[in-house]
Amino acid sequence: MKKSLLLAAAALAATSVFAAQGAAAKTMTLCWAAWDPANALVELSKDFEEKSGVDMNFEFVPWPNFADRMLNELNSGGSLCDLMIGDSQWIGGAAENGQYVKLNDFFDANGISMDDFLPATVVGYAEWPKNTPNYYALPAYADVVGWTYRKDWFSRPELQAEFKDKYGYDLGVPADLSQLKDIAEFFQGREIDGKTVYGAAIYTERGSEGITMGVTNALYNYGFEYGNPENPYAELDGYVNSPGAVAGLEYYKALYDCCTPPGSSDWYMSEDIDAYKSGQVALQMNFAFIWPGVNADPNVGGDHSGYFANPKGPAGQFAQLGGQGISVVANTDMMDEALDYIKWFAQPEIQARWTEMGGASAMRSVVEDPAFPDAQPYNKAFLESMAIVKDFWAEPSYASLLLAMQDRVHKYVVAGQGTAKEALDGLVRDWTEVFQDEGKL
Amino acid sequence: MAENAMDRIARATPPGVARKIRGLSDRAIAWIFVGPSIFLLLAINIFPLIWTIRLSFTNFRVNRINAPVKWIGLRNYERILTDPDIWQTMQATAHFLFWTIFFQVLIGFTLAWLINKKFRGNDLWTTLIVLPMMLSPAVVGNFWTFLYQPQIGLFNYVVAFFTGADPSSFSMIGSIDLAPWAIVIVDTWMWTPFVMLICLAGLRSIPDSIYEAAEIDRASKWRQFWTITIPLVLPFLMMAVLFRGIENFKMFDLVVQLTGGGPGSVTTLTSIDLKREAFEKWRTGYASAYAVILFVTIFGLASIYVKALNKVKER
Repeated sequence: MKKSLLLAAAALAATSVFAAQGAAAKTMTLCWAAWDPANALVELSKDFEEKSGVDMNFEFVPWPNFADRMLNELNSGGSLCDLMIGDSQWIGGAAENGQYVKLNDFFDANGISMDDFLPATVVGYAEWPKNTPNYYALPAYADVVGWTYRKDWFSRPELQAEFKDKYGYDLGVPADLSQLKDIAEFFQGREIDGKTVYGAAIYTERGSEGITMGVTNALYNYGFEYGNPENPYAELDGYVNSPGAVAGLEYYKALYDCCTPPGSSDWYMSEDIDAYKSGQVALQMNFAFIWPGVNADPNVGGDHSGYFANPKGPAGQFAQLGGQGISVVANTDMMDEALDYIKWFAQPEIQARWTEMGGASAMRSVVEDPAFPDAQPYNKAFLESMAIVKDFWAEPSYASLLLAMQDRVHKYVVAGQGTAKEALDGLVRDWTEVFQDEGKL
Repeated sequence: MAENAMDRIARATPPGVARKIRGLSDRAIAWIFVGPSIFLLLAINIFPLIWTIRLSFTNFRVNRINAPVKWIGLRNYERILTDPDIWQTMQATAHFLFWTIFFQVLIGFTLAWLINKKFRGNDLWTTLIVLPMMLSPAVVGNFWTFLYQPQIGLFNYVVAFFTGADPSSFSMIGSIDLAPWAIVIVDTWMWTPFVMLICLAGLRSIPDSIYEAAEIDRASKWRQFWTITIPLVLPFLMMAVLFRGIENFKMFDLVVQLTGGGPGSVTTLTSIDLKREAFEKWRTGYASAYAVILFVTIFGLASIYVKALNKVKER
């Protein structure tokens, strides 16, 4: 009797364990960075949970540790993430190492067309190799570096008059990078409402990717190229360190030296936001994802702020691409559910809601809607910026390429060591060594 | 009389098993006790070390499991030892090591000597002084970035108060001249209490009778300090230097939080550089060679130092 009671209890326990496992098996994890748009995605995903019956779990990691944590996860074959909204530069490595699922067949079978998305985001977030129809992600969050400025300060008559006297043109949205530096210089150390303010908060961060994401906005517009487009790995010399590129790097250093707040030697997104929202700076370089937050801010939001695309330079007008695509992690044991999520997310009405809720859709039906440019004060700047994007290397070895650039550029711009030419010549050597190690040369 | 637990266990042990255990030699019993520890040591320390040495001769990358692994001999070692950037990180590490240990020993010993005097509130002061080392290095690094902030940082205002300089005229972590000192200051602030505690243990281990005998011999306080205090505390001091030296050789979290290795690379210590090679660039073979070089360096220096420490103890 005792024995049969024991057996019955064991059977009951085993049933409840399996039942619990059965319920838990319907939970899918999406990994992304911890920032405002991620919170919007949590809200948006409730619709998917309702329709699919799958519970969504979210693993969000702060930006400075995001790449470390998630690339570790991918490289170690971990099973934490079923879906990954990974940085655009990871696509090469994740595709070549089989960490992301190739989505072409799935897109074809479900009528998802990449023509429905902004071309720059398809190339930047989804394709590997670049400019080939091999898709490893669906564009999920469109982002780009742009500028925010204190419209209320710019519109003060006394400042406008003083600026015009000094520089000979009106104080307003800068027409080019040279004007941007003039404006930053004008505000640097100025007393406004009893407070000392500074020119511009720009990216200078050393540890991850900050200064590279900032300096490229000057380099591109002065003529920097990642290499000869016909022969990108072998011919770096003369492109990476061209006279234009050297001038661009010198420009960025001059902007850092003349016109940034004291102590801004290691600043990235959050430090720039803090400086701007606390009224320290007249201009802020940052990714467009911050614009909804700035607009809603009680101190600097609404009419206090304006937004503009990265101004042109002598060699054209470009801006650094940010943003991410959403991919299915190859190691997932919830493949069908993960693909269902992509299918759900690719619907035009979901993409429209995504933008409404604080996301940034890359779907053309959303951003090319006639009402879109005027829907928010920053939408025009966003559209202008997305039309001029360029991205960093997305090679499997992107981290080595990035770290080399961080080192060379930070040494010159912030530490003031050597010349711009020496920094870029050094970068050519570093990148060549990386490509040699990769067997691409 | 109530039966105790041992009796019950002894009675429950089947006679065959008891005979078998009784039949084991002392050596076998010793192996049974030591075996699990040796196994864990081999699995957790020795095997990874041998594996690291093996990887250091290859071009292996952990993020490309399927790529062919090539045996490249001493190429990784050659590249590391001829790379001027790595020598720069070695110099930055040497600067950090030397000055942190110098200041921590100097201030730590002085504090221990003062605390060792019997005065009211002695325990309270000891507790207050050791507080910094109870904090997490990442937290310390983070809040010192605020203390060093030129516009709002307390540190800059304190310096400005004493020197009359404009607080926002200098940036401790943004200047290549000041940043190496900025990390030395923070590490000294955090870890001096540790050195103080070790020195205090040394000072308290000196019997009062030795000082009393010296008093009777009319030795001056100065002479007592140099001929009694310093020689008897020296083994403790050397132990503190060893601990701090090993710890600071692998310093990572505090400096990453404070400067990220910048400006440029002036505060990129070897451990930061090694982490970037291993877990950001994923050059596993290269990073393994780098780790082996650092291991040999620390092991060699520590061995020499321990021999010196033993000689001092024997005196």
